[in-house]
Amino acid sequence: MSFDDDAYGALTDHDDDSRWAYGTGFADPMAGVPTAVPDDVDRADLAAYCLMLGDDVLVMSHRLQQWVTRAPELEDELALANIGLDLLGQARLLLTRAGEAEGAGRDEDALAYLRDPAGFRNVRLAERADADFAYLLARLLVFSCWRLPLLDRLVASRDPVLAAIGAKGVKEVTYHREYAAQWVVRLGDGTDLSHRRMQAAIDAVLPTAGELFRPHEVESRLAAAGVAVDPAALRPEFDEAITQVLDAATLSAPAGGEVSGGEMAGRAGRGRDGIHGPELTEILAEMQELARALPGGVW
Amino acid sequence: MTAAEVVATVTDPELPMVTLADLGIVREVRETADGVVVAITPTYSGCPAMETIRDDIVAALWQAGFGRADVRTQLSPAWTTDWISETGRAKLAAAGIAPPGAAPRRSAGPVPLVLAPRTESVACPQCGNARTEQISAFSATACRELRRCPSCREPFEHMKEI
Repeated sequence: MSFDDDAYGALTDHDDDSRWAYGTGFADPMAGVPTAVPDDVDRADLAAYCLMLGDDVLVMSHRLQQWVTRAPELEDELALANIGLDLLGQARLLLTRAGEAEGAGRDEDALAYLRDPAGFRNVRLAERADADFAYLLARLLVFSCWRLPLLDRLVASRDPVLAAIGAKGVKEVTYHREYAAQWVVRLGDGTDLSHRRMQAAIDAVLPTAGELFRPHEVESRLAAAGVAVDPAALRPEFDEAITQVLDAATLSAPAGGEVSGGEMAGRAGRGRDGIHGPELTEILAEMQELARALPGGVW
Repeated sequence: MTAAEVVATVTDPELPMVTLADLGIVREVRETADGVVVAITPTYSGCPAMETIRDDIVAALWQAGFGRADVRTQLSPAWTTDWISETGRAKLAAAGIAPPGAAPRRSAGPVPLVLAPRTESVACPQCGNARTEQISAFSATACRELRRCPSCREPFEHMKEI
């Protein structure tokens, strides 16, 4: 059948089981990307690691899109939606890679829509609800200042897919970090009110950043194998960027020593181990509702 | 027409004035016994146009009589705006979108954090005025930023360098 004969029919009959525009054949974001895993790399560890990095950006992306229609200016809704979209794209690649490495037949949709909160491995920072716009900016700043050096080091991963995801992500997150940093400076070095609220957000978010730098055993094993990034190594670069922003914003790091914060997140349980707050349950209830109500539904 | 020529004529769904060849996202077009294999590089990880682009390539090859097409993603090396052709840049400018300058060169060490709005001199595509200012680093799509020209007072989009 050609499109000229029956355009509508061609949309549905073009291939046996695929639907034009949402076909199973070409919706996979990694269609055709070589899927081999280096021989000496533990597949279960690689799957777990990709899930950690993928869940970080899937959950963060969902929080960002919740700001659409709520941001202070139209331009910022566009910015937050675009940043969320970048992160969602990164999540699709990482979850697809996690499913491949796991080898149990789970694709990106199964991983995103059909896991319970305890199955998620994102850092707690990603799931936190934003009290206000300043809180979102503090969270996006901390997230991006950690994520950028992580992606930059991932470029050297022995897993070619992670290396490619890192190379692509660096370019994108460079813009995200600039967006957050420039807003933090604008509010911190703004009016008395904006300064006070930006400082309150930094005081609330920065002390929870400790979890970002404490390696999970999977991260340690894979870092030793040259596949993953040891998050502890990211701290100096993170501290330097945060200090640069806080200084320009006339803001101060919360009392209690290092800018990247201490043990608060540790005491509350770690997202990397599947320990989450009620906030993640709320996110998943919203994100998974349709997929759970209509399993396998297509449109 | 060869399969490569067919693929080269497919236009971008968001920027229909430029072709995939202009954008520099086509890595390979190979005719095999089982059909045509096409490799494309995503522009941004989350760019929703990528799926439409894949569909459009399949449809264009189908209509040109090539039968089955397999469109594959090639992640590495990552796409850069430096791959946009001179023709592509001229078409963007003619449509009122300031084309990207040279992509930033990374030196060794951490990615530098720029706190002031980027100051690259982006000329106004409307009146040619060399000095314009940024309104927002993100526009209707992730690949473009919003700027304005203080001379002709018109806002315009600029494709960001990556």
